[in-house]
Amino acid sequence: MTALVALPVIVPLVGASLSVLTSPWRWAQRVISLLALTTNVVVGVLLLADVDGDEMLVMQAGGWKVPLGITLAVDRLSAVMLVVSSLMLVSVMVYAIGQGAEESRYASFNPVYLVLAAGVSASFVTGDLFNLFVAFEMMLVASYVLLTLGGRPGQVRSGMSYVVISLVASTFFITALALIYAATGTVNMAELSQRIPELSDGVRTGFSLLLILVFGIKAGLFPLFFWLPDSYPTAPGAITAVFAGLLTKVGVYAIIRTQTLLFPPDAQQGSFLLVLAGLTMVVGVLGALAQDDLRRMLSFHIVSHIGYMIFGLALFTLAGIAGAVFYVVHHIVVKTALFLVAGLVERRAGSDRLSRIGGLVRSAPMIAVLFALPALSIAGLPPFSGFVGKFALVGSGIESDEWAIVAVSLLVSLLTMYVMVRIWSGVFWGEPEDPAIAAWIESDESSVPRLMTGSASAVVALSVALMVFAGPLYDYSKRTAEDLLAPDRYVTAVIGDHE
Amino acid sequence: MSVLLAFAAAFLFAAGTYLLLQRRLSRILIGVGLVGHGSNILLLTSGSGRGVAPIIGTADPTDFADPLPQALALTSIVITFGVTAFLLALGYRSWRITHDDVVEDDVEDRFIARRRNGDQMVEEEALAEREQAIDEDRQ
Repeated sequence: MTALVALPVIVPLVGASLSVLTSPWRWAQRVISLLALTTNVVVGVLLLADVDGDEMLVMQAGGWKVPLGITLAVDRLSAVMLVVSSLMLVSVMVYAIGQGAEESRYASFNPVYLVLAAGVSASFVTGDLFNLFVAFEMMLVASYVLLTLGGRPGQVRSGMSYVVISLVASTFFITALALIYAATGTVNMAELSQRIPELSDGVRTGFSLLLILVFGIKAGLFPLFFWLPDSYPTAPGAITAVFAGLLTKVGVYAIIRTQTLLFPPDAQQGSFLLVLAGLTMVVGVLGALAQDDLRRMLSFHIVSHIGYMIFGLALFTLAGIAGAVFYVVHHIVVKTALFLVAGLVERRAGSDRLSRIGGLVRSAPMIAVLFALPALSIAGLPPFSGFVGKFALVGSGIESDEWAIVAVSLLVSLLTMYVMVRIWSGVFWGEPEDPAIAAWIESDESSVPRLMTGSASAVVALSVALMVFAGPLYDYSKRTAEDLLAPDRYVTAVIGDHE
Repeated sequence: MSVLLAFAAAFLFAAGTYLLLQRRLSRILIGVGLVGHGSNILLLTSGSGRGVAPIIGTADPTDFADPLPQALALTSIVITFGVTAFLLALGYRSWRITHDDVVEDDVEDRFIARRRNGDQMVEEEALAEREQAIDEDRQ
């Protein structure tokens, strides 16, 4: 099984190079992309089954021992992230093919998309801090290209700020790596987990904050989220769904991983993170309320929900981290579903401005249903998975006596419901407010390709499945949290491997 | 020696940060380059210091310079190089569209802020203001 560990990175990369070679034939590119991404799903499921039943899987690339070689390690957290992210990547690929926009117009779409997939998987399986940087760069460079594909003025404008802010974050990352290496003499996460406790208090806190800063920019934490609602909506429709579903969550994953593995309990920034989490939630949801553009509204909304995940982590208790892991999985699926449905709305109504469109509940009842399910879930209505996640988080908050953050999270839940109701009344109720839009909806051109509806329905169905299987998934999150709270397991699995 | 390098890194960070805060992409690019060099120098000084080239069989392994920071710096130089090239292409594209490379404000953001006043002409006004901002920067 150890051989499987590298596959989620290698398969998409090989696929990407083949995709470049077959660029004159779009059908060949599509077959390669779908094959590579489906393989990733299968590999992810196999890895998940293996690490859940047994110990974690570790692979030392090239057979070099720990301080020299590159460590790839899959534990429960990595495995579940791999499965969910590869499922989303396949669905969005199908959606992009159905959409027939950027995917069919540019030969570079498929290879770059596969590099993005490889970067996302590499971030999840790497056991080395520098390799995490490389994985991030792989993912980010691919995202720069996908974001600006088409080169429209809006894309160039937001692309510039997106690339610059990401570059600044990367430079901070390199700086953090340099300082950590100078202090400890290693960049392997398992070794760092042993050596960082030996450092003095101030240095440890400094490293912890520096890493929160680096990953906070990528995750969209308050006050580092300004780039997110500006840049995401300008990307091509299907791409926004991947960015929204995956990229910020890779940042959250990195925060969870580094805070639990590298730092001993007295260097963890629990109360600081709690404050950030609360502010992120409130500012994100208030930003979403003010918007008029559907995709911008949902983008602001991502920020708000990053706060929930950080809230769970910041408690550093079993229940809190289990809730955070559950919430990350739930949010990836549900947010991707919402963005895919937003793409359907835009296609059907010809615009995504709430002030111009309306009445889709009559003209496109199917889209209304597809929107309602994930929207209710994200607002946290029982029995949807969002309710389970929020219930777990609020429960753990009460357990830790953090009443302020519990109150904030409940208030934000209510405001989330309000955001969803605003979208619902703007998009689905009433009449189209713009005569041009009304004419467009009546015309034949506004029909939505079956492949798009199909793949959006599949993701929505998956979000419903999360509700049905919330019990087993929460148990799994709990086991994950146990692992994360016992970093020794990770360390022995990685270092003990070659002794 | 490492004091000198520390000062060099500090200077590069300071100058780079100043340039990063400018509005023109061409200046930001130079800023990115400087800050990147600063962090690379930091990476290099994070190793154990001077030594001979770390090639097995040529010298006593205890005299070797630490090869890892060099490898890391090399990787990060390559990545920064690639991204800088991409940013240059983006700047060129921006110049072709607007004949400028100013990184503009979020137009939609101002649109939302104005909407509160019930102004119907907001979009055009926001656009006009953007043009003005570009003009001011040019002078």
